[in-house]
Amino acid sequence: MGINNFLGAIRLLISSEVFLLSLVMGSFLLGIYMYRKTGITLLQPLLISMLIIISFLKLTGIDYATFYNNTRILNFMLGPSVVALGYVLYEQIEFVKGNVVSILTAIFSGSIVGIISVVFIARWLGADKILIASLAPKSVTTPIAISLAQKSGGIPALTATFVVICGIFGGIIGPLVLRKLGIKSKIASGLAMGTASHALGTARAMEMGAIEGAVSGLAIGIMGIMTALLIPFAERFLY
Amino acid sequence: MIKGSFYILIFYFLGELFSKIIHNFIPGSVLGMILLFLALFFKLLRPDNVREVATAITKNMAVFFVPAAVGLMVYAGVLAKNLIAIVIAIGGSTVLIMVTVSLIQERFEKHKTKQNGDK
Repeated sequence: MGINNFLGAIRLLISSEVFLLSLVMGSFLLGIYMYRKTGITLLQPLLISMLIIISFLKLTGIDYATFYNNTRILNFMLGPSVVALGYVLYEQIEFVKGNVVSILTAIFSGSIVGIISVVFIARWLGADKILIASLAPKSVTTPIAISLAQKSGGIPALTATFVVICGIFGGIIGPLVLRKLGIKSKIASGLAMGTASHALGTARAMEMGAIEGAVSGLAIGIMGIMTALLIPFAERFLY
Repeated sequence: MIKGSFYILIFYFLGELFSKIIHNFIPGSVLGMILLFLALFFKLLRPDNVREVATAITKNMAVFFVPAAVGLMVYAGVLAKNLIAIVIAIGGSTVLIMVTVSLIQERFEKHKTKQNGDK
C-alpha cells in the first residue's frame, strides 16, 4: 500500500460517522471535566466541544456539511428532547399551585419584553434581518430556539451561540440584578433566572436554593412555549 | 426504555402532525411537548411510562446541540462583524427580562398576602 493510499484511508476514517461521533462525545466529556475542575462559567462544555471540533475540522480540512451529515443522529435527538421537557414540566407542576396566574403573566410579559428589546436594540445597532431572526429566540432553551430560528429565517448555528452567550451572561449577572431590585420572593427569583437564561440560569438558580431551582426549571418550559407562540407575530411585525 | 422511547416518539410525531395542520406556525417538537404535558396532567399517560427515557435525554440534552453549534465555523465572519450589536442586544434584553419577570411575580405575591391579611 502506497503512502497516498494510506493517507486516503485515514482521511476517510476521520470523516466517518463513528469517528466524528466519538469526537463529539470525547470533546464534550473533556468540556464537562474542564468545567467541573475550574468552575468557570464561561467554560461551558458545549463551547469547549464546539471549539475543539471546529479546530479539528479546520485542521483536517473536513467541511461542515460532512460533519453535520455524519452526526445527524445527535441533531435529530433535539426534537425528542424538547418533547421530553413536557415530562419535566409535569414534574414541577406542584410549584405552580396557587401561583398559576402570576407565573403565566410574569413569563408572558418577560417573553414579550425579551423579544421586543433584543429585536430593537439589534436593529438600532445595525443588525440585518437574518441576524435579528437568529437573535429573537435567544432566551429559550437551545432545541426550541434552534427550531424557532430555522422557521423564521434565522441561522440555527448563530442562535445556538446566542443562547449560550445569553445563558452565561444571565447566570453571572442574574443574582446581582435580583439583589439590586431587592427581590425577596424565591419564586420570583427562580422565574427570572429561568425565563431570561434557560438551563444556565437554572443551574445558577439551583445554587440559590431548591425552590428557586425548580421554579426556574419550570420557567424554561413555559418560556419556550410562549416564545414559540410569539415569534411568528414578531416575525410578521418587527423584523 | 423501549416503551418510553415509543411514547416520546409518538408524541413527537403527533406534534409534527399538528404543526403541519397549522402550517408550521409552531414547531412540532414544541407541540409534542405540550401534548405530552397535557396527557400526563389529565392522567391519560402514567408518568412511569416515560420517566426513565425523559430524564435521561433531558439531563444530557446539551450534547445534542453540538452539530448545530459547530455550524458557527461557517458564520464566524457574521459573528465577528456584528459582535458589539449582538453582545449589547443580548445583555440588555436579558436584564430587562429579569427585571420584568421578578417584579411582576413579586407584586402578585405582595398583593396576595395583603388580601389575605385584610380578611
